[in-house]
Amino acid sequence: MNYKVLKGPEGYLPPAASLHGVCLPEKGEGIIEGKCVIRDVCIRHIAKSLLEAKNPTFFPGPLVIWRTTDYALERGKLIREIAKEADAKIIPMPDYRPKYPMINPSVEINPNHPNLTIWHNKIDVGIFIGVHCHQANLALKIIRGGTDCYTVALCAEEGHEEANASLRDTDNNTLKILLDIVKEMKKGGA
Amino acid sequence: MPANELKEVSTEYMLFEAKREEQFITGSEAVREAVRRANIDVAIAYPITPQSESMHLVGDLYAEGYVKEYFRGENEFAVMSEITGAAMAGVRTFTATCGPGTLRAFENFPMWSGARLPIVMGFMTRAINAPLSIQPDTIEMSFLLDTGMMMMHAEAAQDLYDMLLMSFDIVEQTSVHIPMGVFVDGFFVTHTRQKINIVTEDVKLRPYNPGLSPVPHIDMETPPFRLMRDPFVMKSNYISYAAHASWQQEVMASAQRAKKYIKKYMGSFIEQENPDASIQIVASGTAVSQAREAIRMLKAEGIDAGLVKVKVIRPFPADEIKAVLSGAEKIIIPEFNRVGWLCREVASVIPNNDRILPGPRVYGGMTMPPEVIIQVVKEGALVGV
Repeated sequence: MNYKVLKGPEGYLPPAASLHGVCLPEKGEGIIEGKCVIRDVCIRHIAKSLLEAKNPTFFPGPLVIWRTTDYALERGKLIREIAKEADAKIIPMPDYRPKYPMINPSVEINPNHPNLTIWHNKIDVGIFIGVHCHQANLALKIIRGGTDCYTVALCAEEGHEEANASLRDTDNNTLKILLDIVKEMKKGGA
Repeated sequence: MPANELKEVSTEYMLFEAKREEQFITGSEAVREAVRRANIDVAIAYPITPQSESMHLVGDLYAEGYVKEYFRGENEFAVMSEITGAAMAGVRTFTATCGPGTLRAFENFPMWSGARLPIVMGFMTRAINAPLSIQPDTIEMSFLLDTGMMMMHAEAAQDLYDMLLMSFDIVEQTSVHIPMGVFVDGFFVTHTRQKINIVTEDVKLRPYNPGLSPVPHIDMETPPFRLMRDPFVMKSNYISYAAHASWQQEVMASAQRAKKYIKKYMGSFIEQENPDASIQIVASGTAVSQAREAIRMLKAEGIDAGLVKVKVIRPFPADEIKAVLSGAEKIIIPEFNRVGWLCREVASVIPNNDRILPGPRVYGGMTMPPEVIIQVVKEGALVGV
């Protein structure tokens, strides 16, 4: 099968990528649009996507927001640094409750109706980090179905085949590498 | 060695490197020996024949200190609900039931999948019928095919032992994290003694790490878990329905992702013997053993037949089965149930499925003499269909 996980809007209820032959990356790899690539290629692709976007936005989830360890605090700082360097916004996903009667899409994103935040803020590249994998995949699929946002998932575990681009094992060192590459590309070193 | 002094090891070590010794034990005792090494936090029991002995023996393990918590639930629905709570709280669980007990608990199984709970459970299959029967029959597997659970089917006690031990690591992967049912034919395996190789080294599996769960586990120290666990998406609007659909897709995707880990431990989803034979017998569970004997008897008559043993039912190994049956001219699928669920599964994935001769099917506790398989092979006899 040659299903490609491309930027949406894909339409009414897009398929789960793994059911159409897309596999998660192995250690040392990332995944771009359904195809596994070596990790460095994926990091550079993500950095380029960030810098070329008109309105890139980070979506930090509970695994960053609600953690108070030194490691998590460093992670939060790195996300802010990358966002600053790439001129990206930060809109949190603080929890997973559907927000009724209405979400405030300018201040948060929710996995059950993430399209509202994408549309309201005209986000063209969205970067998920610190979101529990199940909830991230829910949001990634809904975004792919209904919006034209290019999605990136920086996952601490096995990565996300539902994102347009995803890294696995994204520890703080990986974020530092991403930050360095963003800086390097900004200076024209790509 | 006292239970609390067992050394923690990886599943790879447990399955492929740890010292083993041949023992002559029943299938129920094989369950006990697997659970002894599985580092179980909570086991909950409710008796129903032919499962009762398995969970009784797990209770003995609690008394010996190998299982941290153990109690008897009020009924099967209660047991599965209590297992739900324990799994949501982030501990490793084990339980088992069969037949009518499976149906009594049924609502929990798709809920486990949707809630992404890494539960390993034994099913010692039994007839579901009125008038009541306690005899072996695999009909409950048919009902469970579309619950989102993964399903393995053991041929004998050795399979049962190994499948149980490997399942914990498979279901606890972040990208998987859905339940696994390990099925074994009641009485035929649970109540018969067989030689099986069990681990005798003083080791146990490493504990479950709920921090790697793809959904938040219940942890009062990590706010705000109660706002985050399986929230209601109950509004009547498009996006609410889409969230539910996306959620269900994620469960199906999880089973697909599990294939990598199942292969790692099991090697293959199916095993084939005599692949070039134009007659192929496809079976799972103890029907495999009966098929082996039928193939041996056919060979003595000069008739060449091959065997396809299906070890994993969910995720169904569609591509593998399609490939190994590509050259078959005649396909026979013996089953211990009236509906022929394995036959339906195979028929749905192979081209020219009129190559399948229906049956033989036996149920309600009947045995399957190899002679009836031979009758279908040679004469296309209608046995139980």
